[in-house]
Amino acid sequence: MPRGSGMMSLAGGGSAFERPSVESSFMIRRLWKYFSRYKWTMLIAVILSFGGNLLALLGPKLSGYAIDAISPGVGKVDFAIVFHYAWQMLLFYFLSSLISYVLAFIMVRLSRGIVYSMRNDVYNHLMKLPVKFYDTHLIGNVLNVLSYDIDTIAASLSNDIVQMLASVITIVGSFFMMVSISPRLLLIFVATIPVSILFTRYRSKKVRALYRERSEKLGVLNGYTEEITGGMKTIKSYNRENVFIEQFEVKNAEACEANYQADSFASMTGPAVNFINNISLALISIFGALLYMGGGITLGSVSSFVLYSRKFSGPINEFSNFIGEIQSALAAAERMFRLLDEETEVEDTPEAADLTGVKGKVDLKCVNFYYNPEQPILKNFNLNARPGQVIAIVGPTGAGKTTVINLLMRFYDPVSGSIKIDNREIKSFTRASLRKAFSMVLQDTWLFSGSIYENLAYGKENVSREDIINTARAVQMDKYIEALPGGYDTVLKDGGTNISKGQKQLLTIARAMLLNAPMLILDEATSNVDTRTERQIQAAMLQLMKGRTCFVIAHRLSTIRNADLIAVLRGGKISECGTHDELMNLKGYYSELYWAQFDDMEAPSRVM
Amino acid sequence: MKTIFEYIRPKLGVMSFQMLIKFIGTIVELLLPWMLSVILDDLAPVKNVKMIWLWGSLMVICAVIALIFNAMANRMATAISKDITRRVRRDLFIRITALTASQEDHFTTPSLITRLSSDTYNMHQMIDRMQRLGVRAPILMLGGIVLTFSLEPVLTNVLLAALPLLALVIWLVSKYGIRLYMTSQSLLDALIRRAQESMAGIRVIQALSKTDYEAERFEKANKDVTQKERQTDNLMNITSPTMNLLLNTGLTAVVVAGAYRVNAGLTQPGVIIAFLSYFTIILNALMMVSRLFILYSRGVASANRVAEILNAPYEMKIIEMPLNKDDCHIKFNNVSFSYNKVRNNIADISFELRRGETLGIIGPTGSGKSTVLQLLLRFYDADAGEIYLNGKDIRSVPVDVLHNVFGVVFQNDFLYSGEIGENIDFGRGLGKEAVEIAASNAQADFISAYDEKFCARLAPKGANISGGQKQRILLARALAANSEIILLDDSSSALDYKTDAKIREALAHGFSDATKIIVAQRISSIRGADKILVLENGRTAGFGAHDELMEHCESYREIYRIQMGDVV
Repeated sequence: MPRGSGMMSLAGGGSAFERPSVESSFMIRRLWKYFSRYKWTMLIAVILSFGGNLLALLGPKLSGYAIDAISPGVGKVDFAIVFHYAWQMLLFYFLSSLISYVLAFIMVRLSRGIVYSMRNDVYNHLMKLPVKFYDTHLIGNVLNVLSYDIDTIAASLSNDIVQMLASVITIVGSFFMMVSISPRLLLIFVATIPVSILFTRYRSKKVRALYRERSEKLGVLNGYTEEITGGMKTIKSYNRENVFIEQFEVKNAEACEANYQADSFASMTGPAVNFINNISLALISIFGALLYMGGGITLGSVSSFVLYSRKFSGPINEFSNFIGEIQSALAAAERMFRLLDEETEVEDTPEAADLTGVKGKVDLKCVNFYYNPEQPILKNFNLNARPGQVIAIVGPTGAGKTTVINLLMRFYDPVSGSIKIDNREIKSFTRASLRKAFSMVLQDTWLFSGSIYENLAYGKENVSREDIINTARAVQMDKYIEALPGGYDTVLKDGGTNISKGQKQLLTIARAMLLNAPMLILDEATSNVDTRTERQIQAAMLQLMKGRTCFVIAHRLSTIRNADLIAVLRGGKISECGTHDELMNLKGYYSELYWAQFDDMEAPSRVM
Repeated sequence: MKTIFEYIRPKLGVMSFQMLIKFIGTIVELLLPWMLSVILDDLAPVKNVKMIWLWGSLMVICAVIALIFNAMANRMATAISKDITRRVRRDLFIRITALTASQEDHFTTPSLITRLSSDTYNMHQMIDRMQRLGVRAPILMLGGIVLTFSLEPVLTNVLLAALPLLALVIWLVSKYGIRLYMTSQSLLDALIRRAQESMAGIRVIQALSKTDYEAERFEKANKDVTQKERQTDNLMNITSPTMNLLLNTGLTAVVVAGAYRVNAGLTQPGVIIAFLSYFTIILNALMMVSRLFILYSRGVASANRVAEILNAPYEMKIIEMPLNKDDCHIKFNNVSFSYNKVRNNIADISFELRRGETLGIIGPTGSGKSTVLQLLLRFYDADAGEIYLNGKDIRSVPVDVLHNVFGVVFQNDFLYSGEIGENIDFGRGLGKEAVEIAASNAQADFISAYDEKFCARLAPKGANISGGQKQRILLARALAANSEIILLDDSSSALDYKTDAKIREALAHGFSDATKIIVAQRISSIRGADKILVLENGRTAGFGAHDELMEHCESYREIYRIQMGDVV
């Protein structure tokens, strides 16, 4: 988070993962990765639907045999044969229904399986994305990929592919039948089929752009909704519902319009391809009739040619519909792959070692950092912490205090300069081990929907219940928790909306305590905790800080008074540095700040 | 579904027109095979070239008509469903903005979001496809049945006997299907909630290397949804094979019954053959119906979820209440409230404030400080006691009137991606000057360091500025409209003392007419207040000005001692 980033041009976030289009072939290759896992399933599905199509040809034959046995005239029907075939028909229809259900069942397995793994992949990728991504993107837009886009991909692709593969058989079969009947009549298709294909191609190119637009607009709408519903209380207290409803309406209209453009464009394809087919039908009738009159063909052949041509054009017709759906799937896939292509945190170098046996010497040397080159945050920043020292960082808001924390945790890497722990560059450690070396309590508390127990034990597995209770007692939360209906198993709803911010902070402090890491970061850790409670947990806090290198950011100077080293961060550099007493004697920024808390108005003029 | 139908109703006129066009288009298309048979069966044998060309051209004309009509009907259908979806979505959003805090807690935010997006989308698909396919299938089916009837009424009855069974299957499947769709949607809500939550906590997750753990939790939620979705799909997929089986069994019965009838001399085998070919048409139409029916069930499930919000009761009713004539601006009279209705979060709170007075509220974490503000804003109704604003019980004041008098900063308040100026103005159209003055009162001088000044853009949730900067922008928002009442809930926790002091000075001088309620941790933030309410476990532990409290209130003295005493 570019917190405390001073000046910057605040680039609008939200849609950086929507870049221009990618080659379809490339995307199909990537999609294949998901489908290939099911290649045997797909093969079975194709065989089944091939079998189903075959049965479809067999059915009418059986009923034909049965009807043949029904000779006209009273008492002439051979019931034995009729019943024989009737039973066969029943058996056959049962089989065919069974096959189609099994096929559907398999397809559900396949498509839901693909959705499942796509969701997991996207989520796992999201967890690996750097903090920076989340500082610049709307969560709602990302969520839209998880819910809408992935569904679209799987729903259309899996079913369509098998159906298309199966209907290839029908197409090829009918084609050969038509060739055998009349190659001359087939010439009509030589004219119309390319038209169909060209038309479908032209449409699909255009429709993909429209579908992409649809996905994007829906994503924007979702992003907006997610953002705004988070601020409903504020909007209400300012009576500003209408303003946001209007803004929503604009985005809603855009999303609906984009959907309309895509849908109405795609809905033309069906009638248009039908039209081409109908024209070929008309041409076949005319030329078939003319051919017949010229004696080139029998009437029976013309009518079976027509039958086969319908069988032939049916799947082609459906193809064009599929292509629409596939385009919509590809547009959705594009968004998914864009998200999957967002760069994750740079991999640890192969030589990276685990940070173990931490002593706690931390050195920042000549560190430069900016989110935007024109607006440097840290300029040749130096800070040295000896093992076990408590380092307090103070300074005006926006000076870059939190940035220092971001760099220590490697949420961001410095532009230049070196950061060392125990005399080794932090880049030479694995990120996981580096981060685990710190317990961190942030101003923006984060708890998840889960029991209080789970939340406290979050950082450390296998922690005993007793430890949890002791720690809760240390942060003065034990009585409160025990008074809850479920005690420690009480579930925090929606990330703890049902407890106060101060209580959340106490729980995060408890979580950090249980973590027992060799170093500690406290960024405004107790800002919402009242003074008395803070005083009551002070012993526990001191215990927590004891023997650990600590970085403390706090506005309450009483919290940091006893720090071994207080660094005043101003203008990207440390302007004053020393113990409380040293800084007070200096009568600089720190002493001014210190007096301000006692007597606000007169602070600067007060003499110690 | 009833609720959603109200949105469809105004479109019924256009819809019937669209269906008429689709009807014509379909009929014309169905004429083509008949014309073909005329050419091949009647004209070709008599070698009537002229007529062949004529009928051939007629076929082309029909094809053109079918193209135009079908295309037009499809386009209309999409336009109609677009309008309906847009209105539903807008009303849904409007209703969401008017949900009470406890309703919002009940539905949860991620669920509201899925309802706005994926549920309205499913509904849209349903309305759209119903119009496009909903005409063709019935025409083919009814046409098929009529034709078979005209051929052989008795045999048709044999076939029709299968229909009640069919209806039963459809009814059962849709009944359970809708229910299953609703469950899987709510499991999807849970999945999205997981994802949303972990994205919000990415720093902590990465710091503690808990990505694997989170992935496991997500995978579990994902498994739950996937399983339910599969179950739903498998149920819905029963329809089509069952329909096929039932009808084909009926068909077999027709063949057997036909055999008896032929044997009795009541009909001809040729009729049965014709019967079978029409039957294929009916079957195809039914397949279309079964596909529609899946869309329908899913659409209805989503429509129900949307309707659940649209029909949520308006809980904050405006009730006539007796006036309370005195010169208090804000008055709490023995107010008690509990969120879970088990243990009171605040109990017996009373205080009076005159116009321009300042109330400070101080007390331990969880003592009910914020709850007092939430009740004054009527996010919740008090369980007991009354709250008066200008002598009127707030329950008798329309919510929009009530909310017009406040400038508020909550803990961890809401900033959104947009310009800083927009965030301060907050859609109130206050003008540039008011925004600038407010920003300077709120000591938000850092804004002038941006090249774009007030037009500088904030990232979502204000992620690109520091906590202290956020609080100053929020404060500027609260001050910008010169509101009658200013409520500040721990709004300076991230500010250094100097800035905090300057803000207090600005508040005291520039906003002396406004009544202020300030919740704070630091005594220095409220010691100058006219009245200070000390809360402990939701009860009043002390009330009065700083000096009075120093004399009489032990809790207050203790806080003071800790904050001031030990350092001097």
